[in-house]
Amino acid sequence: MINFQYLRTTTAKSAIALLGKDKNAKFLAGGTNLIDLMKRGVTAPEKLIDINHVPLKQIRQIGNKIHIGALASNTAVADHPLIKEKLPLLSRALQAGASAQLRNVATVGGNMMQRTRCGYFYDIEMPCNKRQPGTGCGAMEGFNRMHAIFGTSEKCIAVHPSDMCVALIALDAEVILANAKGERKLSFKDFHRLAGDTPQLDNNLKADEMIIGLEIPTNNLAKNYHYLKVRDRASYAFALVSVAAAFEIVNNKITDVRLAMGGVAHKPWRLTASEIFLKGKEASLTNFEQAAQLAMKDAKSFGGNDFKLKLAPNTIIEALNLAKSKA
Amino acid sequence: MEKNMLKDENDRVDGFLKVTGKAKYFAEYDLPGLTYGVLVTSTITKGKITTLETKAAEKAPGVVAVISHLNKPPAAAYEQEGGPQMKIFYTDKIFYNGQPIAIVVANTFERATYAASLVKATYAKETFNTDFEKALKDPKAKKLQGQADYKRGEENAYKTAEVKLEERYFLPIETHNPMELHGIIADWRPNNQLTVYAKTQGVKATQGTIANVFKIPMENIQVNSEFVGGGFGMALRTWPLEIATIMASKHIGKPVKLVVTRMQMFTMVGNRPAAIQTIGLGANKDGKLTGITHRAYGETSAYENFTEGVVNMAKFMYQCDNVNTSYVIVPVDLGVPIWMRGPGEATGAFALESAIDEMAHALDMDPLEFRIKNDPETDQQKNKPFSSKNIKEAYKMGAEKIGWRNRKNKPGSIVEGPWQTGYGVSVGVFNANRGKASVKGILKADGSLLLQSATSDIGPGTGTGMTLIASKLMGIPVDKITFELGDSSLPPAPSQGGSATLSTVGSAVNDVCVALKSTIAELAANSNMDATSNFVDVLKKNNLPQIEITKESQGGKERDNYSMYSFSIHFVQVKVNNLTGVVKISKIVSVGDSGTIVSPKTARSQMVGGAVGGIGMALTEESIIDHRYGRYINNNFADYHVPVNADVPEIDVNFINKPDPYINPMGAKGMGEIALIGFSAAVANAVFNATGKRIRTLPITPDKILA
Ligand SMILES: Cc1cc2nc3c(=O)[nH]c(=O)nc-3n(C[C@H](O)[C@H](O)[C@H](O)COP(=O)(O)OP(=O)(O)OC[C@H]3O[C@@H](n4cnc5c(N)ncnc54)[C@H](O)[C@@H]3O)c2cc1C
Ligand code: SF4
Repeated sequence: MINFQYLRTTTAKSAIALLGKDKNAKFLAGGTNLIDLMKRGVTAPEKLIDINHVPLKQIRQIGNKIHIGALASNTAVADHPLIKEKLPLLSRALQAGASAQLRNVATVGGNMMQRTRCGYFYDIEMPCNKRQPGTGCGAMEGFNRMHAIFGTSEKCIAVHPSDMCVALIALDAEVILANAKGERKLSFKDFHRLAGDTPQLDNNLKADEMIIGLEIPTNNLAKNYHYLKVRDRASYAFALVSVAAAFEIVNNKITDVRLAMGGVAHKPWRLTASEIFLKGKEASLTNFEQAAQLAMKDAKSFGGNDFKLKLAPNTIIEALNLAKSKA
Repeated sequence: MEKNMLKDENDRVDGFLKVTGKAKYFAEYDLPGLTYGVLVTSTITKGKITTLETKAAEKAPGVVAVISHLNKPPAAAYEQEGGPQMKIFYTDKIFYNGQPIAIVVANTFERATYAASLVKATYAKETFNTDFEKALKDPKAKKLQGQADYKRGEENAYKTAEVKLEERYFLPIETHNPMELHGIIADWRPNNQLTVYAKTQGVKATQGTIANVFKIPMENIQVNSEFVGGGFGMALRTWPLEIATIMASKHIGKPVKLVVTRMQMFTMVGNRPAAIQTIGLGANKDGKLTGITHRAYGETSAYENFTEGVVNMAKFMYQCDNVNTSYVIVPVDLGVPIWMRGPGEATGAFALESAIDEMAHALDMDPLEFRIKNDPETDQQKNKPFSSKNIKEAYKMGAEKIGWRNRKNKPGSIVEGPWQTGYGVSVGVFNANRGKASVKGILKADGSLLLQSATSDIGPGTGTGMTLIASKLMGIPVDKITFELGDSSLPPAPSQGGSATLSTVGSAVNDVCVALKSTIAELAANSNMDATSNFVDVLKKNNLPQIEITKESQGGKERDNYSMYSFSIHFVQVKVNNLTGVVKISKIVSVGDSGTIVSPKTARSQMVGGAVGGIGMALTEESIIDHRYGRYINNNFADYHVPVNADVPEIDVNFINKPDPYINPMGAKGMGEIALIGFSAAVANAVFNATGKRIRTLPITPDKILA
């Protein structure tokens, strides 16, 4: 049998201590991704550190920031009155993910850390640079309908599958990370990485670090917002393309706007150029269409995912339309 | 009290057991000394095993045996020449990727799983092809006739018609994916006595196959399969993995349980084969069909042929003097397919019923009107009258319920923001079968009736239907009737497939009940009792604890005189988002024309399940293979999309409920297949009506709408 050590701890400090710098150790949160990967032989940690009893589940507002613990469940966050009132975009994005049963155990930290759903990554008989660097990318000339159109590399064209993270990048979240020496803060946009030459790395979490939680600044985006997820069935499917859209309108002009996409890149994809374009303009269909066009600069497809070049801008427009009609 | 208030005589007889977890499925049996089997599968697609390293596995903790072609455990039929090409563990040939090449048996499932990962094979690889479309185009690739060509009148008459069309339709591989995984428990005892707990649609068929492979008498084999967690056709045969498990049990002298993984469900228990079809239709300007040509190509495996009724419907569904069909199967290096609900007829109906809609559009006619105009009075293929057919009534009923009058004949006419609404209709049809079955009836002085037959229930509610038939005939309340099935020692019945169980076994139930009643009447007369006396009194008066009658029942000459089919009409309303390409089915109305409805609740469930399967076929289901490797990409429930609740709107199920005067004593025709056949075309037709886009490749995913 592939044996592993199972350790359970009740404090972040001891969890970090147990982790040490051990590359073969892994935190176990909801287990909805990690256990699957272990069953498929994609990963085989020698040490599993169960962090479910670490008290990092709080969701609260301190000053003008909303704090969410890394071990709060996806359901707890989505259903929390504070989140529903102040960050409804995040709530909607979470609800669009997975199934109710999965969301009940999946955690914020685990969601950020979930691996790609690329089929080649999961099948250990197939080539995959992310699973086994140097073996080649099975998807590049294979089945790549679900794959990236932005920021791709020669080595890997996988997408990050999370819905939650699309909302978080749009909301300017910050990630609190800790190691034995202390805590550091990382802007959410810098948490996930592009594949580049190191497709095996999904993010910038260091080997000795733990995700402690998130801080999200309050905003005025709770009125005009929408999370639109386009998928192959109405629920319980990963995004072909998803868009988080939110804006604030004062005197008919957009004063603040956030746009991010999922299902299109190795990381949640913030549409900065489109945001800059929309700021100060009217929330009109023409402007939405132009913003969508701007977002598509440098997009590149690989055959199976050619349709995303059309679907992505369309979804941006539709999400903005729906956000506008919320008023 | 509460339980009784909820109870209804039409309830599923096993409903309570199922929802309380008391119904026991094959994998839930535990036997003394039970061991666990896990399969090792090939990682190449075609070639030969050159070496198989099993030592590490054999030495792993808990391992009892590793069985493969190296130690060929005895299976008498496989030792002989001939027979199937893929004789498990009697060949070193690899026919497809994921083929079982060894079984590891250990004292726990986890240990067997781990040890299986230690078995290493090396191969001599050969070039292969898993791409059916490529094989079809390749003039050198093998092609076989799947069914005799059919011709009535002039061949390809559509080509010279006033209005004509010729279109090509593509259906990908679909995988049955019932919730319950496949497998078996085999317990081989000394003196060649074998008991199996199986997942099967036919306990007698399983018994027969095992007897053939191991050359032991049928009587030595006991097959149990009381509950089945969905079959959809994949449990209509005994698969190599089951033979492997029996071999293992025989080899080690202990019971072995094998349950495959979800991934293995894609490679070991068949699939709905991919199909490419062309339909040519010709009509005159008044909307009368003058020519139908249906040519179909179906995927099959390289080691075993599989055929189904893809082109059947074209031969009789519409009034047309010139019809020709052909059906060719094309081998590829994949596991052999098997019937999947609606089987080939569902594949064929997608093409034919789409083309009929296309023709109506070309003629600028309402597709419903076009169908009615071309509805035949008699079966032109068999040259016989239909035993019963109420299609026009069904069209009317469904049209009324879906609000067909709101449909606009011009596509893309109903628009609300990015959402376009459309309506579609299609027909499903399937042979109304009746086979031969035996049922034993035991009528007891305690007022109860026990019925027994070696039939199966893969979900439709066989026991419920049979109980209702008996209850009605005997005047005995349903809770006093027990119907036993799923046991090979009971009186024989055919496998549950082809929508024939209610007709076949139900007729035998009918005959047994009739015989029991006449015996009671005789006994009453002999003991000077009133002819209407209660059977309990009659039995008591005669000092009989019970009477027992077994009847074999089958149809007579009626089939020579009539053409017998079940029909269904599917109406759907869809909403299509022209920005995101999302298709939402917003309303479904199904009308079944399948004779008397014997069991209203389970009949409704059949239609609902068929519609859900139809949504899958139309919108979401597709088994994807990377043809460079011959391996499935989406072999799990996250990536192979069966419809979820959110995809399924309210389904309005209706029945004509008029007895068929000829088919059987109940006047009831089967409906498992018609619930699905044709459904996908109704969706494609509705999408066309909504958007003006004709999608001829299933499933209709957002990318195809945007293309
Ligand atoms: C069938 C299916 C469908 C799904 N569909 C969707 C979907 O549509 N959208 C979507 O967004 N997601 C979807 N998911 C993914 C789901 O959201 C993730 O599996 C889940 O969020 C992971 O959280 P977890 O707590 O279970 O993580 P685990 O599986 O416990 O952990 C995942 C990884 O995160 C690491 N980790 C966990 N917590 C921490 C921490 N505090 N610090 C550092 N590392 C940590 C673990 O070591 C591990 O490597 C789906 C999953 C499944 C199985
Ligand atoms: S896209 Fe990335 S994850 Fe997928 S096969 Fe290529 S390298 Fe592996």
